[in-house]
Amino acid sequence: MATETISRQASMTAPTDLPPAPRSNVLLRLWRWLRSHVIAILGVLALVYMFAPVFVVVLFSFNSPIGRFNYTWNEFSLTAWTDPCKDPLMCDAVRLSLTIGMISTIVATLLGTLIAFALGRHRFRGRATTNVLIFLPMATPEVVMGSSLLALFVNMGVDGQLGAWSVTIAHIMFSISFVVVTVKARIAGLDPRLEQAAMDLYADERTTFRKVTFPLVLPGIVAAALLAFSLSFDDYVITQFTAGQSTTFPIFVWTASLRGIPPEANVVGSFMFIVAFAIVLLPELLRRKKPV
Amino acid sequence: MSAVPVTAKKDTGADTAQAVGTRWWTPYALLSPGMLWLIVFFAVPTITLVSTSLQSGTLESGFSFTFEFGNYVDAVSGSWEVYLKSLVYSLLATLSCLAIAYPLAYTMAFKAGRWKNIMLVLVIAPFFTSFLLRTNAWKTILSDNGFVVTWMHNLGILDVLHAIQIPVIFADGISGADRVLQTPLGVIAGLTYNFLPFMTLPLYASLERIDVRLIEAGQDLYATPWTAFRKVTFPLSLPGVVAGTLLTFIPAAGDPVNASLLGGPRDAMVGNKIYNTFYRLFDYPLAAALSVILMAMIVTLVTLYVRRAGTEELV
Repeated sequence: MATETISRQASMTAPTDLPPAPRSNVLLRLWRWLRSHVIAILGVLALVYMFAPVFVVVLFSFNSPIGRFNYTWNEFSLTAWTDPCKDPLMCDAVRLSLTIGMISTIVATLLGTLIAFALGRHRFRGRATTNVLIFLPMATPEVVMGSSLLALFVNMGVDGQLGAWSVTIAHIMFSISFVVVTVKARIAGLDPRLEQAAMDLYADERTTFRKVTFPLVLPGIVAAALLAFSLSFDDYVITQFTAGQSTTFPIFVWTASLRGIPPEANVVGSFMFIVAFAIVLLPELLRRKKPV
Repeated sequence: MSAVPVTAKKDTGADTAQAVGTRWWTPYALLSPGMLWLIVFFAVPTITLVSTSLQSGTLESGFSFTFEFGNYVDAVSGSWEVYLKSLVYSLLATLSCLAIAYPLAYTMAFKAGRWKNIMLVLVIAPFFTSFLLRTNAWKTILSDNGFVVTWMHNLGILDVLHAIQIPVIFADGISGADRVLQTPLGVIAGLTYNFLPFMTLPLYASLERIDVRLIEAGQDLYATPWTAFRKVTFPLSLPGVVAGTLLTFIPAAGDPVNASLLGGPRDAMVGNKIYNTFYRLFDYPLAAALSVILMAMIVTLVTLYVRRAGTEELV
């Protein structure tokens, strides 16, 4: 409000020969700048908002909490980072999540990429049905998918033996659709003339695929694999329905949240963040280094 | 092209972007492993869920299929408040997401310049920290004596929100008189935060595709920036708005995590109800009926919404 009045006064004094007071001039320019950048400022604020909890997670990995709950800052400490496996149960959970994540990423990326090539490169009967079946898992709430799988396992009579195997099955199931969408987008964005050029240069279909098509699609496949892994590593709801007695990292965090999450869990979260951030940001930074 | 001795078959293949494999069964060979997985572990379980919802019995005596429609009666009569709450919470979260994500996506698409890709990475980056850890971090940020809640209290925001009391949905007001955690506001804030990227990315994709010359043409024809936005930019971004609201609303409506961690016992959503019915009551048929109703409700709402918004391309 104050700046508005100032700007109005300033604009009234502007046409006269009197030089405006330097202070209001600064404020006026600030106000103008704010007004012309208001959307960008809101955008940056939204980014700050998105990062606020990440900042808290990283910050509290350096905390030495009083009592069990790591919600208020006490003092700086490196113990959680130097000895992250203080609770061996947590490291077992991380190991289990990494194993499940890797297996489900490999299988889902393979199955999803094949589907993406079928959809991106072929015309066939049943396309529409295929597309619907790909879309539905992404549009179904996790609780529904989790309880469906549990209902299936109960009806099969295997609900007593649920464990890592059933979690892996579930993770592959919900990752496939995301892989298909990611890889399909990459295939659709390819310039068909590149393949035509390869064939014009006497490459047969197989060679064209191996030397041109596949390398061009590969970044999409890598992105899809990263997405599948982070979906699997982070999934809580479906995992809870299919895990039986086994404990993945999200289940560990959930159980711990009732009696206090140890700072070591924040270390795992921060570490994953740094690794993933580096993987995604490095190519971008390397590309910017090169003079264009 | 004509000088090159490729066969006619290959030539047409390349023109239709059909470079590899021309036998009729190739696509089916590529599809079948993945589709089989989805049929066995997605389609079949969904059918099993429906059939479970019509069973009767107890965990001890075993369940049997008896067309027990009473499960649905029990589910609706026992939990209609929870469904209503879930819908309202996720609807409010979706609207907040739209309000926050639109300026962000707009900045990325039109203002970021060479920072565009970096900003895109930054939007996805918070995803890499565990969802549960981030949601728990909000407990620290929104703690009762923290500066966020203190300021909201001092500015009178909490008083206003606390005064909005709607029976069933916000029986004790949207927020507490001096707290956010353990109130509906905490749940809505958590949902908004956690599903923000699902809104931002489709919005960005549709804004990025807009030809800037159309907006400039609008302004050349004496439209104010606001009119140009209202008449040109926003309508052109509608596919992104539709996709984003669906991708936010659907997972938010079924999410049990935010309500458990940030809400109080009275703020439970359908996700919590389903989970508790499975694991605390072991009443599998009732839990299945609750799930089927949630699914049916979402399908109905989404169909109505997509018809109304008039866009069929979603992915």
